[in-house]
Amino acid sequence: MKGDVDRRSEPARPEGRNASRGLGRLEWPAMQGVLIREVVNYSSYWRGSTFSSTMEPTIYLLAFGFGFGSLVTKVAGYDYVDFVGTGTVATAVLFSAAFPAMFGTFVKATFQHTYDAILAAPVDAEELVTAEALWIATRAGTYGCVPLVVAIAFGLDPRPDMLVVPLIAFLAGFGWACFGILIAGLMKGIENFSYVVSGVLTPMFLTAGTFFPLSGLPEWAQVLGNFNPLHHCVELVRHASFGWQPGADLGHLGALVLFALLTWRIAVHAINRKLVT
Amino acid sequence: MDSLSPMSTLAIRMRSVVKHYGEIRAVDGLDLDVPEGTCVGLLGPNGAGKSTTMKMLTAQAIADSGEIEVLGHTLPGDSKRSRAEMGVTPQLDNLDTTLTVEQNLLVFTYLYRLARAERKPAIERALQIANLTERRAAKVEELSGGMRRRLLIARALVHRPRLLLLDEPTVGLDPQVRQELWALIDALRSDGTSILMSTHYIEEAERLADTVTIMSRGKAVASGLPRELVTEHAGREVLEVYGPPARLAEVEADAAVSGLRTRRTGTSVALLGIEGRNGDLPEGERRATTLEDVFVLLTGEEVR
Repeated sequence: MKGDVDRRSEPARPEGRNASRGLGRLEWPAMQGVLIREVVNYSSYWRGSTFSSTMEPTIYLLAFGFGFGSLVTKVAGYDYVDFVGTGTVATAVLFSAAFPAMFGTFVKATFQHTYDAILAAPVDAEELVTAEALWIATRAGTYGCVPLVVAIAFGLDPRPDMLVVPLIAFLAGFGWACFGILIAGLMKGIENFSYVVSGVLTPMFLTAGTFFPLSGLPEWAQVLGNFNPLHHCVELVRHASFGWQPGADLGHLGALVLFALLTWRIAVHAINRKLVT
Repeated sequence: MDSLSPMSTLAIRMRSVVKHYGEIRAVDGLDLDVPEGTCVGLLGPNGAGKSTTMKMLTAQAIADSGEIEVLGHTLPGDSKRSRAEMGVTPQLDNLDTTLTVEQNLLVFTYLYRLARAERKPAIERALQIANLTERRAAKVEELSGGMRRRLLIARALVHRPRLLLLDEPTVGLDPQVRQELWALIDALRSDGTSILMSTHYIEEAERLADTVTIMSRGKAVASGLPRELVTEHAGREVLEVYGPPARLAEVEADAAVSGLRTRRTGTSVALLGIEGRNGDLPEGERRATTLEDVFVLLTGEEVR
């Protein structure tokens, strides 16, 4: 017995360490595995997901753009349809990132036990969360462009700078995906999500400057708006569509990067705590 | 390196491992060895700490204290390395039900980092192991319970792991399906895969395990070859006495006086270790002791 222990602990360990050099943090093969799972699964549910992620913002765009647009023609110096069309990009990002991240993560963690299977493979919680967020952000980057395309169909002038909109949507989408994942990680039950939807997401969605400019609101509301990541996304997309405002836009970009970094780290922590006991 | 002295290398080594969940000591000073190339059965009633033990071996639960080594890697720090070389079949089915059999396996060839050229042959091999080659295009939700369990095991084998963790592999399955799975597990063991299998089915442990560890309340209360455990703890022969409850109580009392150990089953009392005794015994049926007798003696719990 004594011999057994020695044989294991002495020659085996240095080998093990060398071999484990390839197995560090945030490894691409681990994230690739998680991404492949999502891509393969997506092939079975893409219709529903695409429908809800594109229809909802489009309906908002049409309802507000034409309903409200019949009362007001110009807002903040833009045609109202163009104003809303550029603004609802952020709505599409929110719907296609935060919601799937919240519900999808909770279902995979708690009901389907998918994450138990993944974490039993050589994948850590950090890689799992990062890969899931990258995947959702990719979808948000794509779906986020739908309102813009619809607005162009209704007369918005296309500009080459609009080509960065998918990247803005991706970055904002990454932040909202991590936000959704961290909520799923922190909440004990899926029924608690309604607090987040009604208490956080709906107010943010309505005060992002999507449907009306924040400049018309009281000062305190304008200050609060700076803490709303959706607002920064709305502003960046609008400036990509109508003309950049370099100083302000750097601030908006910085805010989105900060939002993504913060939510990412908290999401990793929350999921690690939920899944590794 | 192992063929000459298969018992000299350990696939799993746990020493004094403790794991609390709040006030509950789920695992309470567990020592456990799985020598390479053997199948060890982890036997215990529900709540004995088997599943927590399994989770600690993949670092999905982190021990409060004690040492855990898996395939030579110290946990939890080096667990990713060991996870790459082992396969896990969980108690709860976590297959992707809307995907096909083949897609489920494909995902795991990526998660276990198989090189591109190895993926297809690995999937074919796993399909054969699961005997699902003809159902490869079927969605998991269309499969029977037994097929799903076979797929769950095959999924853990896509990367030819050196060690397989099986958590209650046949729980909730028909007797016929269980026997099918036993054949599959037995074949793996013959191939030299090290296996740690938790179960609360005694027959499963008796048939498949080289050695058995009986767990109760978070501790290993006995370990060894099934046959030796039986003789050591319960003797060689049992007298099973049937009767109404009052009669059984009487038999128990008499046995206590004459220094015999007993266990109560639903309808009978079993007097253990009666070999060599004759005259002073009540009427009953003699039989050989089983692992179940030991299990009940050591854990104080009935089995199904």
